[in-house]
Amino acid sequence: MSGLEELYKEIILDHYRNPRHKGELECPPAHKTEGFNPLCGDEVSLTFLVEEGSIKQLRIAGQGCSISQASASMMAAAIQDKSIDEVRNLTREFKAMMSIHEETMTNSDQESVSAAALTLGDLEALKGVVKFPVRIKCATLSWNTLLTGLDDLDA
Amino acid sequence: MTLPPDLKDRFPLLSQIVNGHKIVYLDSAASSQKPDCVIDAMNNYYKTINANVHRGAYEIAAQATEEMEQARRRVATFIGSESPHEVVFTKNATESFNLIARSWGGSNLSHGDAVLITDMEHHANIVPWQILSAEKGFEIRWLPLTPDGLLDLDQLDQLLDGVKIVSVTAMSNVLGTLNPISEISERAHAAGALVAVDGSQYVPHLPTDVHDLQADLLCFTGHKMCGPTGIGVLWGREEVLDSMPPFLGGGEMILDVRRDGFTPNELPHKFEAGTPPIAEIIGLGAAVDFLDSLGMENVRQHEIALTDYALRSLNKRYGEELVIHGPSDPLQRGGVISLEYRDVHPHDLSQVLDQRGICIRAGHHCAKPLMKELGVVATSRASMYLYNNESDVDALVDSLESAGEMFAL
Repeated sequence: MSGLEELYKEIILDHYRNPRHKGELECPPAHKTEGFNPLCGDEVSLTFLVEEGSIKQLRIAGQGCSISQASASMMAAAIQDKSIDEVRNLTREFKAMMSIHEETMTNSDQESVSAAALTLGDLEALKGVVKFPVRIKCATLSWNTLLTGLDDLDA
Repeated sequence: MTLPPDLKDRFPLLSQIVNGHKIVYLDSAASSQKPDCVIDAMNNYYKTINANVHRGAYEIAAQATEEMEQARRRVATFIGSESPHEVVFTKNATESFNLIARSWGGSNLSHGDAVLITDMEHHANIVPWQILSAEKGFEIRWLPLTPDGLLDLDQLDQLLDGVKIVSVTAMSNVLGTLNPISEISERAHAAGALVAVDGSQYVPHLPTDVHDLQADLLCFTGHKMCGPTGIGVLWGREEVLDSMPPFLGGGEMILDVRRDGFTPNELPHKFEAGTPPIAEIIGLGAAVDFLDSLGMENVRQHEIALTDYALRSLNKRYGEELVIHGPSDPLQRGGVISLEYRDVHPHDLSQVLDQRGICIRAGHHCAKPLMKELGVVATSRASMYLYNNESDVDALVDSLESAGEMFAL
């Protein structure tokens, strides 16, 4: 079961069992964005409030597996009060962590991953997901959904 | 007669070790494993007679053509058709449905018409109609289900009013439900509608006779019946296929091409544009031979017994903690078992099982409208075939508990 323990770290199971920032904000003033994982049908709905270029509040609704729910919960905690630019950077770092496989890692990739790890904090617990490629979409669902929501703001 | 007990030995993949365990393959509704004879037949084609079919005058081209056409004859016989030219080779059942929708639907359906499908269809029998409906403006109607996962036939006659084609699965890939196709066909024909059947889950598992089904069109796919991927079948009654315009255009499907137009080929080549998947067709022929050698009635009896064992074992061990969708009577269903265990998400359940070498499927099984009816976003699905046995079921039953310990909220 060692592989499983790497995937399902205790902090992930904790966020899954006790998801932070669950619920919905009233729209408007909040913005709403929805995402689907076409592989499994999981759905996530995010509502978030932007003030002075920063995300003041974010609430998560929807259904999903432990990885997608934990990732969404950790994301909500991580981006609270961050500027939209910072959120975009964090998303980039998180996605970089998700898509780099150990066996193809170059030195420069390794450096960028460890740099990312410094800022990702708890989110680093999701690093084990890269060994289970099918689950990467679970881990990135809420992040991609948020990106879509941010893009809609600009549009 | 029963199936040989050492059947797993005929499937090289089933001796693989996955995550330290001998593989327990319970995902045959998605794709079946292949016996050595199918793999050998395809290798043999490439090693000894690889050439394009239907044109070369030389020996190996003639042999390749003969092997391919022999496979067509075997497939026809396998489904009870006396006419090999009623067997059209496609890429898969999905392409067969797209062919029906585009060709038959494109020339027969318009605003004011209706197509009747059901709440238990695979996306392959939904989306092609939706694409066409967006162009033609006809209505798509849905035959609902009863609470125990059967088609609600009480509503059939009323829904048939104005319907030009009924397109229905013979066996649900989620619920396992076996549908009374001959009865549906009779009632549809009485209402003046054609019947197209999704046999993807049926033809690999039960004796199939197109005359008994009384359908006009039947779609199925090779890779779920011990054959290779990339080869599917559309069977159709000759007069129906004859009335349909070509689907894809190109080589093979023409008798003549001029600057001002073309003349389509005879059946079945009219619907087989381009170089066909020759090795896959030959592989499918070998798969059909393999199934015939076992006897489809024996396959069915084996699966009834195994499904009965699985349902009883699961219910006995887990009772209220487990929801199994679909009919409870093994005679009314195939060996497809969709379940929800406590509140463990299917992805997490299948991940835990994978660590024990157990392959099940988690997700919506390409049946999102049905998932919505069931009130879930996904299920865990274990599906069985002729090579599965009680020890495979035991492995599944034993493993659920550890997933529950880890993930139950």
